[in-house]
Amino acid sequence: MFAETPFVRDKRRSETTAKWVFFAMAGSMILPLLLIVVFLFVKAAPSLRVDFLLDIPRRGMTEGGIWPAFVGTIYLVFISLAVSAPIGILAAVYLNEYARDNWLNRLINLAVINLAGVPSIVHALFGLGAFVYAARFGYSILSASLTLAIMTLPVIIASTREALASVPMSFREACWNVGATRWQTIRSVVLPNSISGILTGVILQVSRAAGETAPIMFTGAVFFKAVQKGDLFAYNLNEQCMALSMHLYTISTQVPGVRESVPFATAVVLLGSVLLVNAAAIALRAHMRARKKW
Amino acid sequence: MSAGDTQPAAQFSFAVRHAKRPAWALIGERLLTALIYACGISAIFFVLSIFVFVFKEAAPVLFSDRFDLRQFLFSEQWYPTSEINKRYGVLAMTAGTFSVTALAMAIAVPFGLGAAIYVSEFCGPRLKETLKIIIELLAAIPSVVWGFIGLTVMSKLIVQFTGAPVGVNILNGGIILALMSVPIIVSIGEDALKAVPDSYREAGIALGATRWQLVWRVLLPAAKNGLLAAVLLGVGRAVGETMAVLMATGHAVKIPHSILDSVRTLTANIAAELGEAPADSDHYRVLFLIGVLLFTITFFVNLAADMAVRGIRKK
Repeated sequence: MFAETPFVRDKRRSETTAKWVFFAMAGSMILPLLLIVVFLFVKAAPSLRVDFLLDIPRRGMTEGGIWPAFVGTIYLVFISLAVSAPIGILAAVYLNEYARDNWLNRLINLAVINLAGVPSIVHALFGLGAFVYAARFGYSILSASLTLAIMTLPVIIASTREALASVPMSFREACWNVGATRWQTIRSVVLPNSISGILTGVILQVSRAAGETAPIMFTGAVFFKAVQKGDLFAYNLNEQCMALSMHLYTISTQVPGVRESVPFATAVVLLGSVLLVNAAAIALRAHMRARKKW
Repeated sequence: MSAGDTQPAAQFSFAVRHAKRPAWALIGERLLTALIYACGISAIFFVLSIFVFVFKEAAPVLFSDRFDLRQFLFSEQWYPTSEINKRYGVLAMTAGTFSVTALAMAIAVPFGLGAAIYVSEFCGPRLKETLKIIIELLAAIPSVVWGFIGLTVMSKLIVQFTGAPVGVNILNGGIILALMSVPIIVSIGEDALKAVPDSYREAGIALGATRWQLVWRVLLPAAKNGLLAAVLLGVGRAVGETMAVLMATGHAVKIPHSILDSVRTLTANIAAELGEAPADSDHYRVLFLIGVLLFTITFFVNLAADMAVRGIRKK
């Protein structure tokens, strides 16, 4: 064998150093997450039981559970996605299946990118101006959900487009060649082959919509609302509601004398549901990739 | 050979029979196509209406005599509820946004790009998948939870280690925002590195370059537009973030002098005061004007990021 020259040795050393430095950089961004999650769980432990989820806040929100906030978040998430998912999916179908490369579609792409970058508090201002005042929906679940819907729209468009673009062109061509129209091709070939990718994108937005606070703070979420313990049909569309994210903000900054474990438990429930939904989406995507035949 | 083959080709002409689809199906398809076009254009409509509605609420004060745009942008005096001396100057908040974002990027850009390089070039396929999933989960943590972490965990640590009087300050907000924007920088940065053709890597290895030399001399120059886009999107996220900075940076409306000063950002200012400002008052309209300012800043940051991405595609 050749003896290692100093030049080669330096090269090898710099290689190893670089590898470990980059590993440390990646690790130092990921380790805090794990530590924080563990810390939150430990702090929340005294309050974490099923009854915490089902009970209503008691004694001026310093004790008790989080049911009204939890169920309010469910309302907001499902109504907002019921609005944004169809619009977003159809918009992605337009951009991927119908659009040609012209100025209008470049403008639409630019709009989607910028819609995704609008700060959440500006969405709140828009929701307040457009839905609460101009459309006269008032401070309500409807206004808050529509605001959330517009916020989640660009990401649904982007993820659906990606799913549609992964369907090979030859599938479409085969379908067109037997005389199918553009829409027939989309319905019978493109959508069935991309549905799990589309679903993954929509599910990921469930967790995003559940976690947002700023857009609902001024359009429909309230500090406190009395509902029955464990009541699933607690709210009407035109009422205000409590929301988990808003509740966490309120009890950790605005309410004095809250028992220490209560905000931690609220944070754990919010974080836990968001991470669970995300993990489900990721599992669905992995399952779909394993089954993909092309 | 059958007799049929000898006959002239004209004999083969057959009537093309169109399968007649029922009228409702044809009309239905037309309507659906129209709906798809409408949804496609809706993104433009929504962006425009966000600007119009926010601007419409801000316009009356912007064009009134009581209001001075130069004072709005360049004065640090923010006394919206004063009886005799109302002042609407956002310089202190702009400085707050700028300082927190700058600190966050000073932490997040090197670490984010380092992590992107590690994930893309140095680790095995299995570890890569795991890391990408963790990064995706990191990106999903709601901003209010980050704010809560800043308020409870980080502030205590900061008081303990730096001896600062309050734990909610630029340092706290900067670290929290850095952790929040790292995932986006990593995922976009990794895409940018992945977009560099493998032939570049092969050429480098053929010349005897180590992977570090490859990264430093070949991949970083080749992917610089995509990496710039990753950084800009991180900046956009940090500037627009509301709840985390509202909870983690404190509420001092003044120009910061050190990293341990409390500040208030533009976004946090809207969130903190919108609930108390009476509708249609000057104060309320000025808050919408701050919204217009934020919209404009993020618009240009995102435009720049998009142009950087377009730069790689053209190559």
